[in-house]
Amino acid sequence: MTMAPATLGDAPARLITRLRQQHNLLAGALLSLLLVGAATLSLVWTPWSAFEIDMAAKLQGPSSQHWLGTDPFGRDVASLLLMGARSSILVGVIAVSIGLVLGTAAGLAAARRGWVEELIMRLADFTFAFPAILSAIMMTAVFGAGIVNAIVAIGIFNIPTFARISRASARQIWAREYVLAARTCGKGPWRITIDHVLPNIASVLVVQATIQFAMAILAEAALSYLGLGTQPPQPSWGRMLAEAQTLLYQAPLLAVFPGVAIALAVLGLNLLGDGLRDLLDPKLTRKR
Amino acid sequence: MGSYLLKRLLTLIATLAAASALVFVVLEILPGDAALIMMGPDAAPEAVRALTAKLGLDQPAPQRYAQWVGGLLTGELGDSYAYSSPVAELIAERLTVTVPLALMSMLLTSTLALVIGVYAASHHNRIGDVGLMGLTQLGIAIPNFWFAIVLILLFAVHLQWFAAGGFPGWGEDPAQALKALLLPAISLAVVQSAILARITRSAVLDVLREDYVRTARSKGLSLRATLWGHVLRNAMIPVVTIMGLQFANLLAGTIVVENVFYLPGLGRLIFQSIANRDVIVVRNCVMLLAAMVIVVNFVVDVLYAVIDPRVKANDL
Repeated sequence: MTMAPATLGDAPARLITRLRQQHNLLAGALLSLLLVGAATLSLVWTPWSAFEIDMAAKLQGPSSQHWLGTDPFGRDVASLLLMGARSSILVGVIAVSIGLVLGTAAGLAAARRGWVEELIMRLADFTFAFPAILSAIMMTAVFGAGIVNAIVAIGIFNIPTFARISRASARQIWAREYVLAARTCGKGPWRITIDHVLPNIASVLVVQATIQFAMAILAEAALSYLGLGTQPPQPSWGRMLAEAQTLLYQAPLLAVFPGVAIALAVLGLNLLGDGLRDLLDPKLTRKR
Repeated sequence: MGSYLLKRLLTLIATLAAASALVFVVLEILPGDAALIMMGPDAAPEAVRALTAKLGLDQPAPQRYAQWVGGLLTGELGDSYAYSSPVAELIAERLTVTVPLALMSMLLTSTLALVIGVYAASHHNRIGDVGLMGLTQLGIAIPNFWFAIVLILLFAVHLQWFAAGGFPGWGEDPAQALKALLLPAISLAVVQSAILARITRSAVLDVLREDYVRTARSKGLSLRATLWGHVLRNAMIPVVTIMGLQFANLLAGTIVVENVFYLPGLGRLIFQSIANRDVIVVRNCVMLLAAMVIVVNFVVDVLYAVIDPRVKANDL
């Protein structure tokens, strides 16, 4: 095995890295647009109705009529996939918003040090002990299965992530001279947080939100697969996989399409997050 | 080291106490009448009252909490409503599947991640690095339960090398039992190692830029010797941190993957118990999983101090 020392001054290598990062952004943006486009399209048009059961047409392979074939109830798989994108986006948007709003508020409060910080950070540590699936299981045991419980469980799990990242970034901003200047001018901590800290950490939060969105889609898929998330008849990629698993021998393709859809959506959002990070914070680019 | 360990130990105990309080409040107090939940809304009121008395649910909450925590410490967890057998036995039996599965996938994860991460870092920006990092992006995006289904399609349905699920038990033939855990462990490890490989790569790259690495190289040490002798130990701090955090994901992952492969582990027990409305089993299993995550993170904190003595000095 030959090994070359990692050099930074290598201009062509740096160019390759930069090009690759722009590709990340481009590919990520395209895949994410595809996801949003699929969900939007399903609001006005799907090739077939995703709810219409046609037992005569069950378990067909891909054809010109049913592009991706049909499921055991004769429903069109392509239409189900389009509608499934909606569930993923719905869960992602709400769960990330919960985490973003509550987590950032907690993180900004914690950035001012003192007992608030200690309390909030200990709470954040503590939440890590309850992964989204475990919280969702607890909530299901109490309130029954459903998409609302799934959203809340994933949202709660997002809170500490945003709390940590906003606290760390806010602390750096608080140490800047312009914050000192603002304080000298008589601005209170609340005003400084709104006027200076929040706008300056927004880019970090946007990047993190993209990545958490991807994780929320994965979590929703897992919960729906287990029957704890989106409930029938609303189509969801995770539940499609659960249904397909019982028919692996008869219709293996049924287990392929929803998985590819989830992977592409998550890949797109992750690439978008990476690309945005490079774009918004060029300092990080070098460290990669 | 003594005072550092003591502080961490106190935090551990406080966190475990808080976790047990949360689990108790969510699963005991929020649902209202646990007996009613267990028996369903159509149950006769007398039967619900009888079960309430049998489970001691008519006692005040603080007393019930104290009893439960006491039970957790002594292993007296009560009887399962659905299985009519002691919960502690039930859990112990299921752990013989979940613990080996988690250990196997953690072992696979760390081996894969270290090899890929170190290789990619030492071939920084060359074709091997770019290719491997592309693969890890894909690995992170794939849901573990879908990868598990794809593995079943490939190795059980098409090639028929493995069974599509189930577990023969350790008693008959341990080799067969290990084989039954292999596909589940791989499906858990692939996703986790993709994340860890990226962390390892950037940690190794960071350390490669340190002055002491240049010194080691300039005194004539080969890159390989520098890598193993100087870089890896210093790059381990972020890697071990993420490994600790990943353990939580891994346990959560076992809940899903055990259901894909129909493995009789803790995850499947929780799941069946939810279906059976067996609140007592759910409560104890959730507590156990949360406690496992908390204890592993405690071990990671202590490992820090062993790997990097500076941590103790800057302790919170």
